[in-house]
Amino acid sequence: MFDLALFVIFPYVALVLEIAVSFYRYFSGSYKFSSLSSEFLEGRELFWGSQPWHYGILFVLVGHVVGFLFPKEVLLFNEVPVRRLILEVTALTFGLMALVGLLVLIRRRFTNDRVWAVTAKMDLFVLFLLLIQTFSGIYIAVKYRWGSSWYASALVPYLRSLFVLKPNLEYIAPMPWVVKLHIANAYCLIAVLPFTRLVHFLVLPVSYVWRSWQVVIWNWDRKKIRKV
Amino acid sequence: MDVRSQISILFHLDKCIGCHTCSIACKNLWTDRKGAEYMWWNNVETKPGTGFPHRWENQEDYKGGWVKEGNSIDLKGAGKFRGLKNIFHNPNLPIIDDYYEPWTYKYEDLFNAPEGNDQPVAQPISQITGKAIEIKSGPNWDDDLGGSPLYARKDPNLEKLNAQEQEDLFKVEKLVMMYLPRICNHCLNPSCVASCPSGAIYKRGEDGIVLINQEKCRGWRMCVTGCPYKKVFYNWSTGKSEKCLLCYPRIEAGEIPACMHSCVGRIRYLGVLLYDADKMKDVVHLDEDQLVEAQRDMILDPRDPKVIYEARKNGIHDSVIESAQKSPVFRFVKEWKMGLPLHPEYRTLPMLFYVPPLLPILGKMNLDVYDTSCADYFSTIDKARLPVKYLASLFTAGNEGMVREVLKKMMAVRIYRRSETVGDIQGAEMALKEAGLTRAVAEDIYTLTALATLEDRFVIPPSHREEALAMEGMELVKPGDLGFGFRDRPERM
Repeated sequence: MFDLALFVIFPYVALVLEIAVSFYRYFSGSYKFSSLSSEFLEGRELFWGSQPWHYGILFVLVGHVVGFLFPKEVLLFNEVPVRRLILEVTALTFGLMALVGLLVLIRRRFTNDRVWAVTAKMDLFVLFLLLIQTFSGIYIAVKYRWGSSWYASALVPYLRSLFVLKPNLEYIAPMPWVVKLHIANAYCLIAVLPFTRLVHFLVLPVSYVWRSWQVVIWNWDRKKIRKV
Repeated sequence: MDVRSQISILFHLDKCIGCHTCSIACKNLWTDRKGAEYMWWNNVETKPGTGFPHRWENQEDYKGGWVKEGNSIDLKGAGKFRGLKNIFHNPNLPIIDDYYEPWTYKYEDLFNAPEGNDQPVAQPISQITGKAIEIKSGPNWDDDLGGSPLYARKDPNLEKLNAQEQEDLFKVEKLVMMYLPRICNHCLNPSCVASCPSGAIYKRGEDGIVLINQEKCRGWRMCVTGCPYKKVFYNWSTGKSEKCLLCYPRIEAGEIPACMHSCVGRIRYLGVLLYDADKMKDVVHLDEDQLVEAQRDMILDPRDPKVIYEARKNGIHDSVIESAQKSPVFRFVKEWKMGLPLHPEYRTLPMLFYVPPLLPILGKMNLDVYDTSCADYFSTIDKARLPVKYLASLFTAGNEGMVREVLKKMMAVRIYRRSETVGDIQGAEMALKEAGLTRAVAEDIYTLTALATLEDRFVIPPSHREEALAMEGMELVKPGDLGFGFRDRPERM
């Protein structure tokens, strides 16, 4: 019953919240749709926190997505022990990098008066969730070895079952509690994302890459006027 | 020919007395808010000096503006590759200490202090943290400190002078300073716009004012790095960037921007310039010493029938063209070639021009009299206490001839007027001839410099907001319908 609520109902609720609230907030005046940067108030410590955190978590996140999209290929890749070892060690290194960065960021937020002045309650809540997520992830990676393989074979089918709207709990039931915590906490993060500064993740400035350098906004339709 | 209109500004530094009235007018109107306390969209710097923020001209640290790399130009510290790779941490971003930490005083202590032997003191407290702070610097703490080791010595422009010239600037009898008021330059090739990953900063087509859309700004802060003049400021409370908006609500209502209207020395001029945007691509790629001349060439004569024809074809109103014909900025910059842009080597094509100051000359003690007389009229320019080389580093990317030419014109006008009104000197004709002026032009320069009325100094074009409203389908919007400002409270959960 508990599993059903946490691993079948909650993910849908989280996803609906994520999408609906994000859209609502973005289109009803997206004034606060950003991460409130505090680099202007404190720059040096941020470097040692933000850089390892972002690169670390991005690598790990992409790893999860790749495993979700191509589980067979991952298993095939892992058949050679050396390759498996390299993959796991790399992933763990990036995970540790993220953890170190996160700890620096948390320390900075609590010890720097200026940064504390721009800290909202939700920021602390997000940091708390992220700490649980990163820590549990690393704990799993160390304690239950070859996670890349058993994630692909045992958890991806569960995640996929959610996406095709035929939730299958039999993969989840035998999982250790830390893995369950890691999954449930991930849903928490998805659910609170649109209410917090994490929204900056949804508005990455990708279009900048192909945009022309200058932006000019006209009072009139230039093409129409030039034709006349 | 792609004719566009640009509201342009000219500051006549020979008239600036450094009173900061402009800064106060701007502060009271726009930046008296939480998160904006430290911002000075308009500030007045003492030169030689470090400026605001500290040493902003040092692009080795701040990496602002454009640089020429081979045959093309790229942003020095922001942009599609350099900017995005620094998106998690921007090492070139000035932090609040490069400006100053804003503070107030605990005035209530003056009333609540218990009776004692000492006078109660109002302790300074930070406007960011609310805690007691030790004030390290504040707005204009370099004011009038020409010659000081802390500020003047650290002026990045001094690097252009040789050791002897630098030492001369710091001898007691040779101390010198000038004022440099600065606002956003509303550039033709703005590097803040180019560096904004969100596309929130834009240039208005009808008048060239550069603005930041606060709804679209996501606070990546690349514009702060991108602007070499450090005239985009990050609001630490709202998490958005802000900048000088040339008082566009006032301009649209036909009023004069606050800093200019309040200017005590009447050094500020504002008017429309028509320019050829087709030339821009070639101009920004030229060598440094050609930039000023080329930028001047982009400006078109609004009386030329061909220009008028092309301007109309581009949708520029007759009323705007008419306004451009009366523009005082056009006269100073294009007709008389006296207005120079600040640091043209940043390649942003700034549209705020400066008439450099005629500085006091260096005299010598002669029989207990401080003698400043010169053998001939124009040698005073090269004997000025602040070397022409220094002014050239500010205004012409090192082209001394161009600065000398402007100073000569100003000198010739002075000599001419002196011979007209006092009549105690000879050779006014010679002076005018050498500066390349006629009597009539000298008279015009004198009139617009010294006698100009409010209407002469500020020729504000009609904004034709009705077109913008029509385009947005907002014809029914009328005065009183909508204010501007926060629709959403800046505080976060």
